[in-house]
Amino acid sequence: MSGEHPGVAAALAARVRRLESLLEQRGLVDPQELDRALEAFLARASPANGTRLVARAWADEGFRARLLADANAALPELGLSMGGGLQEQRLKVVQNTEDSHNVIVCTLCSCYPIALLGPSPTWYKSEAYRSRVVRDPRAVLREFGFVPGPEVRINVWDSSAESRYMVLPRRPDGTEGFKEQALAALVTRNGLIGVAPV
Amino acid sequence: MAELFSPGDRVWADRADPPYHTRLPRYARGAIGTVVERQGCYPLPDRRARQLPAEPEPVYTVRFAAAELFGEGDHTVTIDLWQSYLRPAGRAEQR
Repeated sequence: MSGEHPGVAAALAARVRRLESLLEQRGLVDPQELDRALEAFLARASPANGTRLVARAWADEGFRARLLADANAALPELGLSMGGGLQEQRLKVVQNTEDSHNVIVCTLCSCYPIALLGPSPTWYKSEAYRSRVVRDPRAVLREFGFVPGPEVRINVWDSSAESRYMVLPRRPDGTEGFKEQALAALVTRNGLIGVAPV
Repeated sequence: MAELFSPGDRVWADRADPPYHTRLPRYARGAIGTVVERQGCYPLPDRRARQLPAEPEPVYTVRFAAAELFGEGDHTVTIDLWQSYLRPAGRAEQR
């Protein structure tokens, strides 16, 4: 029973609101405390985190190796973590190369590395993106204005369990000598999802 | 729960369509893929969603060829799958 369930999201939202108000009425949760926790998490959750990670990985080969081998262990080097929710989520960073390109999706719902990319864009949660990108990624990328060469193998990553994924794009040519801040400015959110080259 | 599979193993995704929540995507059911990585252990959502006891069990990163999943395409799709969804696929005839 995977896939789209019309009305389930609205029903779930209503259930969460009801639960929240019951917890507040019974004095089990302080609504201000809940708001503070949510605001603090969202204030830290931004694509700027992802772009900083990429810039450091481009500038520092050792960091890139550590990030690819065990992203959760590497994040604290930049003061970041995947522990924004109830428990730390496993992060896997997948690297684009000359002959392979990675794209991230969650076909079953909308799993996304919010701590590093901020809240996900609407299209990422759309049924059209979720169902089509696994089946025909090149057609979807073309609609984003991105046409990888025929020699490039496309790897789609479906975040169907507890891991979250982020793409490490290729460093653009002609950026030798760029400082990390300038490198980070080249990286887009779409590049971190894999629907743009950078 | 012991890990039954290692990177490089060929595995076959269960083709059952259970009448309850599952995180085995429909498009992968009955397909054969290759284990890429072990992810650690997590409770099986199929049991958790029914409020049944769910011991953490191994989750694997499994890579499928698009042609295996959809009958066409030259890309790959990598899916995160709980061990309960997988069977050893030593021979393609098992399908």
